[in-house]
Amino acid sequence: MSAATPAQATSQGNRLLGTARRMLGTQEGLLLVLLVALFLGVGLYNNQFLAWNNVSDLFNVNAYIAVAAIGMSMVIITGNIDISVGAAIGVLVTLSGYVALGLADAGLPPILVNVAAWVVPVLGGMLIGAINGFFVAYLKIPAIVVTLGMFSILKGGLILVAGGNTLYNLPEGYSIAMEDFLGIPVPVWVMIVLTGVAFLWMRYSRTGRSQYAVGGNAEAARLSGLDTRRILMTTFILSGLFAGIASVMYATQYQTIQAVVTPGLELQVITASVVGGVSILGGVGTVIGSTLAAILIRFIGSALVFVNISPFWVKAILGILILVTVLSDVVRRRRQERQ
Amino acid sequence: MTTANPAQSHSSEPSRLQRILLRQETILFVILVIGVLLLSMQSDKFLTIENLLNQGRLAAEIALIALPMTLIIITGGIDLSVGSIMGLVAIMLGVAWFNWGLPLELAIVVALLIGTACGLFNGLFITRVGLPPLITTLATLALFRGLAEGIAQARSVRGYPEWFYILGQKNFLGDLTSIPNQLLIVVLSIIAIGAALAWTPFGRSLYAIGNNETGARFSGLPVQRNKLIIYTLSGFMSGLAAWVYVSRVSTTRSDMGNGIELTAITAVVVGGTSIFGGSGTIVGTVLGLALIQLMKNGLALSGAKGDSTTIVVGVILIGAVLLNQFIQNPPARLKRLLPGQQ
Repeated sequence: MSAATPAQATSQGNRLLGTARRMLGTQEGLLLVLLVALFLGVGLYNNQFLAWNNVSDLFNVNAYIAVAAIGMSMVIITGNIDISVGAAIGVLVTLSGYVALGLADAGLPPILVNVAAWVVPVLGGMLIGAINGFFVAYLKIPAIVVTLGMFSILKGGLILVAGGNTLYNLPEGYSIAMEDFLGIPVPVWVMIVLTGVAFLWMRYSRTGRSQYAVGGNAEAARLSGLDTRRILMTTFILSGLFAGIASVMYATQYQTIQAVVTPGLELQVITASVVGGVSILGGVGTVIGSTLAAILIRFIGSALVFVNISPFWVKAILGILILVTVLSDVVRRRRQERQ
Repeated sequence: MTTANPAQSHSSEPSRLQRILLRQETILFVILVIGVLLLSMQSDKFLTIENLLNQGRLAAEIALIALPMTLIIITGGIDLSVGSIMGLVAIMLGVAWFNWGLPLELAIVVALLIGTACGLFNGLFITRVGLPPLITTLATLALFRGLAEGIAQARSVRGYPEWFYILGQKNFLGDLTSIPNQLLIVVLSIIAIGAALAWTPFGRSLYAIGNNETGARFSGLPVQRNKLIIYTLSGFMSGLAAWVYVSRVSTTRSDMGNGIELTAITAVVVGGTSIFGGSGTIVGTVLGLALIQLMKNGLALSGAKGDSTTIVVGVILIGAVLLNQFIQNPPARLKRLLPGQQ
């Protein structure tokens, strides 16, 4: 008995080490470790970083990016891309504001007004996604071309209709993203729940799993009896759905709405997906990764302020982060191939 | 079988004339002419030499970037970082002159070298490490813009000497002609890059890389070297565009060139270059660019609101690709009706 104990201890230690190594071997694990290290490191340097207000901010500010990145991750996993998501969010945010103001003017009860202003942009997002999906899946136009065209059309359309207006006097109770539930901001709840649901759906549902198959090898997926066109269509509609939800989260976080397309928003969303470990070549990645990455991006932006580095450097650090992520992925894959 | 009926083989292949007529460039040219005629009826100011040359001045930076972008897309790659390189080069031009106290001539050289180095950086990651171009240049899009913003700290540099504005704001030979100076640089670049693409082994190898990179490597083409060259060229041309831009607008800011990559890619794809690589021409890109710029300008002169004209750009983009695909691969029902196709 006494002789076996050290051996047992080592085997247990090995198992722990193995688990740790396997965790670090996944992008999600690596991101989690980075988040914790950054949290503790910056927190030790400056206690203010750990103040509840700031911690809640760390998870809240990029929640809408994380939600949009769920849809983007699905699109990238099928081997496509969606450049139009930033312009779509700009249009849908404005749409939400117009619906709220218009229906409130018409004298509808506030609860109906607000629900309509939250639901219409989501439906609008699904419509935009369906149009993108139709061109990609059925007319066989490359996604980058279709969504680049959609980006131009939506951006121009918003200028034509709303021309940079600011919408204010939004109805009572409209700004749901400013509310808390059990002490945690609503957008954080939405982010956590949607990430969980999407993760399980992609892992266990037939269509969800098919997304990986289509991204891994579209021709093989088609030959093995998958309806790739329907899967692509579904993916783009879902991407629009998440863009719509992200728009509502964005629209309802302040008392006013700016009718503009935020420049580079699509790249923030794509960055979250890519840093989250979703391979641009398709077939690989999870939405847990993209959500963790969206949070990490906010962590870095906030941490800079607390360690007295000018926030103007945040994009440079983001660029290095993407390069390091992709490089580590290359190294990881080469090591796996060697084994 | 070997003694094929000449008439039959003739009818199954489109004639030379048909092939020329069905080229993307020809179709683009026809659309361009129709569009210009329609728009000239809307506004007297549109179809004047003065306006057209001025549009050339405004489109010069995008043109300089779209030319190397054509080469890159032909190889099946992409460069998203061009706008950020523009921003970084613009800032470094200002910093080297204003903060470091270099003579402005030397500052321009330093700035152009930095642009070239940025392109080389992209190229090395793509060729040596083997990262996908989309990811590499997405990362450097953030990195270069971040460096520009970090160095600039939201300050702008103004007050350049008078001679610096000649390139961006004056005409060729003083006022003897009404040709904008930067348009000459654009024309020279079009000729140089167009000739290199069409008539040199280097240019032809880009098509081979875009069609089948592995095949190109096995047939002994210097694939990695040529890819490195085009990404470096893209960095240099983005730097050139930054110089022209700063000279035109008289100031240096870190947000310069923001989003220009999407406009340049749009022009290239409208011009008939396949986003999958393997086909495309410089003539097509120039026509695509002219179409986009003139449609935007013509619509603005006819009373369209500001940037709302990008709607037309989006429609042209998707329309051009749909049309191209339709011509390359018409639906079976129509095929039978078209002469010379079976």
